Amino acid sequence: MSTILDPTDERTPVARSISPRKKSLQKRVAMLDIAKPRGNVLLDRLEELLKERFSEITVSRYSKPTFTKPAPISLRNEIRDNNDVVLEALAD
Amino acid sequence: MGETSRNPLAMRANPLPAFSLRDLDGEDHTFPNGTTTLLCFVKEDCPTCNLVFPVVDTISRECDARVLLPGQTAEGNQALLNKFKPSATILDDSILKVSFAFGVETVPLVILCDDNGQELDSLTGFDKKEWQSFYSKHFPMVDIDWSALPDWRPGCGSLTQDPVIGERLLAESENSPLRARRIEIGTQDDVHEFMFDQGFTDGLPVVPPTQERVLQMLSGTRREPQEEIAVVPPNMAPATVEKVAINAVLAGCKPDYLPVVIAALQALCTDEFNGHGVFATTMGASPVMVVNGPIRQRIGMEMGMSALGQGNRANASIGRALRLAVRNIGGARPGGTERTTLGSPLKFTMCFAEWEERSPWEPLHVERGFKRDESVVTLFAMSGGPALIVDQASKQGKQLATSMGLSLRAQHHVRSHRAGDTLLVVSPEHGDTFAHSKWEKQDVRAQIQSASSVPLRELVEDDECPVGIPAIRAKEFDEEELDRPVPKFASTKNIHLVFAGSEAGMFTSAFHGWASGPMGSIPTSRAIES
Repeated sequence: MSTILDPTDERTPVARSISPRKKSLQKRVAMLDIAKPRGNVLLDRLEELLKERFSEITVSRYSKPTFTKPAPISLRNEIRDNNDVVLEALAD
Repeated sequence: MGETSRNPLAMRANPLPAFSLRDLDGEDHTFPNGTTTLLCFVKEDCPTCNLVFPVVDTISRECDARVLLPGQTAEGNQALLNKFKPSATILDDSILKVSFAFGVETVPLVILCDDNGQELDSLTGFDKKEWQSFYSKHFPMVDIDWSALPDWRPGCGSLTQDPVIGERLLAESENSPLRARRIEIGTQDDVHEFMFDQGFTDGLPVVPPTQERVLQMLSGTRREPQEEIAVVPPNMAPATVEKVAINAVLAGCKPDYLPVVIAALQALCTDEFNGHGVFATTMGASPVMVVNGPIRQRIGMEMGMSALGQGNRANASIGRALRLAVRNIGGARPGGTERTTLGSPLKFTMCFAEWEERSPWEPLHVERGFKRDESVVTLFAMSGGPALIVDQASKQGKQLATSMGLSLRAQHHVRSHRAGDTLLVVSPEHGDTFAHSKWEKQDVRAQIQSASSVPLRELVEDDECPVGIPAIRAKEFDEEELDRPVPKFASTKNIHLVFAGSEAGMFTSAFHGWASGPMGSIPTSRAIES
């Protein structure tokens, strides 16, 4: 992580950096359906494939109430507390 | 920034700053905690710290008093632990926050504090008499073999005094002079790619404006970091010294250049210079900066060979800093408010110094009302150039000025008259020609006006080229009026002469202006204040 100072007049937000990526698939995998149509189809298939290839993992499925709004804080906290990685489906 | 203001806590507060640090087993220790505490700041590679370590530890062993030793490096702390196996507690201050908050300049620093964290007494380095007196006053029961110890040993500099570390600590402290938004860049991101993506650059890589670099840049001026020095068009955003410093870091400036960038931005943000129009125009105008006065030599600006070209850090980065400040603070970006049709390399950077000492003429800033020993920056809004006027034949001033006048007929268009300003950069060999003829600036200007003049009829549009005075208007003039010579420029005041370049080469370079006068841009000067 490095820190720089904003050279602009700060009228517009800065695009956020991506978080560090996990080097391997951890035990507890969260799958978040953002509630766009057919996101569940994509995640169902991904879950099947993951379980085939990585027998040691557990998968928990979550859904956002609506794709139009950010996930509620309670849902974010739940996912953070109970999982090592999260896969999010942005299907449409 | 003076030494005294580098660390606002150099004079220790009383009560002392509270802190919580971990020992080498990971256990937290809080100060103050309602008991008398002896603090001793140490650094493992300091011989005097090693000398006093067992002496201080004796207090912990024999008095059952709380003795805390904040150590300044993680590896060194472990080494001290292995070497002395102390009864006292070594604390990990390897991020130096507590050392900085206490204003530690020299180690060892011993501070005796009461239950509430009030300082009672202190020792720095090792002076046997002082230490004996301290022990007999506060810890008379402790038995030390003072005869085995030397009379005096100096302490070592605290790591917080390392300039780079000190800048970081100041930036991160509660008293940090920095207020700009901090942007954290993830470890997965490349900092340079990130800055490109954010639009912070002019298309070339920039220097990441870390807090440490910005603090160093701010040391180049006596101004307060939060002083607003200008309101920058087109967004009319306030520019603080800090924001200008950030952009100066981006551009690659040294701290010594910052006052020039500040003065230039102030000149640009005046109604006379009309920065908004300069950046918005489709003609693609951009500021050309000329620096005069003693600062030229002080910061190593180029005024001789390649003065208008690449290769000199001050010339290149000062001009670039001005452009980046306007881009980032003012929001002038191509495709946004900056609407230039073709653009110009002037929009990256254009800044040079006048070679006053070699010039036959009064320097630009003196001509513009400043004292010779003042440092001044002057901005010209120019849309083209530098275009070389090649004259290797003229032997007299009048011939050379005529040559220039004829060449300048083509500025913007040969049928364009009252064509804004022109900035002529006269090189030494051309300057010598004028000097030998004892031609002053006013003589050169008058001859340029004369030689650039053409009969009015030649400026009228025709079938071959529809540019010029509309034919319908030309009909209003009689034959005599149509024969009247019309000079290129509205006034000799629109012809600006400065002196730069290397000794060899019979050339003058012309920058072609933009719209001049109150409806366009008027050249603007500002004194450079350190």
